[in-house]
Amino acid sequence: MKHIEESLGMRVDLGIIAQWIQPKSRVLDLGCGKGELLWYLIHQKQVQGMGFEIDEESLLACVEKGIPVIQRDINLSLKDMEDKSFDYVIISQTIQQLQHPDRLILESLRIGKYVIVSFPNFGHYTIRLSLLFKGRMPKSRALPYEWYDTPNIHLMTLRDFKDFCKRYSIYVHQWWYFWQKKGGRWMFFPNWLASGCIALISAE
Amino acid sequence: MAEIGIVHTQYFSLAEQGVESIVLESGVRFGPITVAFETYGKLNEDASNAILICHALSGDAHAAGYHERIGHKEGWWHAAIGPGKAFDTDKYFVVCSNVLGGCQGTTGPSSLDPATGKPYGVRFPVITIGDMVEVQFHLMRYLGISRWLAVAGGSMGGMQALEWALRYPKYVHASIVIASTGRLSPQSIAFNAVGRNAIISDPDWNGGDYYGKRVPEKGLSIARMIGHITYLSEHSMERKFGRKLQHKSEFSFDFSTEFAVESYLHHQGQKFVERFDANTYLYVTKAMDYFDVAQKYGKGNLKHAMARIQSRMLLLSFSSDWLFPPQQSQDLVDALAANRKDVTYFNIESSYGHDAFLLEVEKEEAIIQRFLDASGRLWKGGSR
Repeated sequence: MKHIEESLGMRVDLGIIAQWIQPKSRVLDLGCGKGELLWYLIHQKQVQGMGFEIDEESLLACVEKGIPVIQRDINLSLKDMEDKSFDYVIISQTIQQLQHPDRLILESLRIGKYVIVSFPNFGHYTIRLSLLFKGRMPKSRALPYEWYDTPNIHLMTLRDFKDFCKRYSIYVHQWWYFWQKKGGRWMFFPNWLASGCIALISAE
Repeated sequence: MAEIGIVHTQYFSLAEQGVESIVLESGVRFGPITVAFETYGKLNEDASNAILICHALSGDAHAAGYHERIGHKEGWWHAAIGPGKAFDTDKYFVVCSNVLGGCQGTTGPSSLDPATGKPYGVRFPVITIGDMVEVQFHLMRYLGISRWLAVAGGSMGGMQALEWALRYPKYVHASIVIASTGRLSPQSIAFNAVGRNAIISDPDWNGGDYYGKRVPEKGLSIARMIGHITYLSEHSMERKFGRKLQHKSEFSFDFSTEFAVESYLHHQGQKFVERFDANTYLYVTKAMDYFDVAQKYGKGNLKHAMARIQSRMLLLSFSSDWLFPPQQSQDLVDALAANRKDVTYFNIESSYGHDAFLLEVEKEEAIIQRFLDASGRLWKGGSR
């Protein structure tokens, strides 16, 4: 599975997330991939970092970097993890690919003081237009799959995510909206214009 | 560099280090102790490349290379130790010693008791995994090593690697715990108990005093047969033997050894009797049964116990291992993660059961090489 930021050809996320994370804090990266983000955080921010990953090749890449990594399917329960055992839980593996994104986000909010999530925005104008005019499931750089083999089984828009946060009393501290190869903390009509976003959230 | 060729087992007496005896966990003072060990590769100048390999129940100091001539008695983990292998002897100085209580050179129940001039037999004190590690600690000192780059082992060897990390946190930079556990399940203790019963109820066991007489062959071979059942998985037995008959196609309607699986177990039992001491089997399985890191280091709480650990930890388990099930490794991993220790864990997909730790060398190699490389870099960059 690809990180949304990778699919978008962006590595700004490293900088953004690094800005949000306090030095020397405790970080758990769920679906840490090849460990680029953790490596960056461990070396630039001196965090105590740890990753969960399922893909073998990615796991080996983490071991090679000397990053603590645990082979675990994050679709399974995290109930063995203690409350607030981390300062930040990062769901950098896009949540739309999970069996139960709701459970994982809520569990993450339990074990972490803060949670950082990133996901592609299905409400982006190109996707809306594509569906409107072509009448087929939209594809983009971030969502390049056919409907039948896509790992993206829980697509949502920015507005959907905001509704979700409201429903479960989740507080959003920061947004980062992607716009082409850049992005920003503020944006007009983000649900139309942002191709994806990163959010820093916590339980209220 | 070429393969590890012919190697020799070396011996060292703790008395050479001025240690006449040690206090065992049971409180008993015991000595003198001799240790059989082998080394492969070269110790570097600052002694920062030393790796201790700990053997399992039936292993010994001969982990790699050959005795006498090439092809003669290959070390028990030859596939994993050598140039370019998981434990690369071009880079690392690899040490393996026979455990306390063993029967392959290190002092054990078959050694002569200097007080009587006869083998100890059951007068040998009951030992623990901790006592085995204590003896290895003196070996480390003797070899001029102040800290292991890594301590590694599978099964009971993994217990020792874990014990090292807990007992001597400052002396271990990285621990590799393979197909192991922080404590045996009652199911595994039960299998050990049956094995011990088989030995003790063999009349030739004779209260442990059988040296120079008929040895309890039957009992020990049954214990080994039971062991071998637990080392395989249902699937690997199915694949290896199926319901095939050995050297015939029809039932003979008697109680001879007929099925291929029966024949295999008999063969394993027989082979074992030729090289292993029945009393060592009793002592070492007992040491495994007593091992419980939560109890010993955390007053029953595994998380508290793991807080002591300072080394990097690599845990490997195998999906079809029901003797040391993956869940037991995962419990250790969770306890380490809860303490935010540097822990890495793989559950390797394999159908070989517990034996996988000796068979899935290729998969282990990819992980262990990377882990050791990174550990070496972190050693140089200062410990975490």
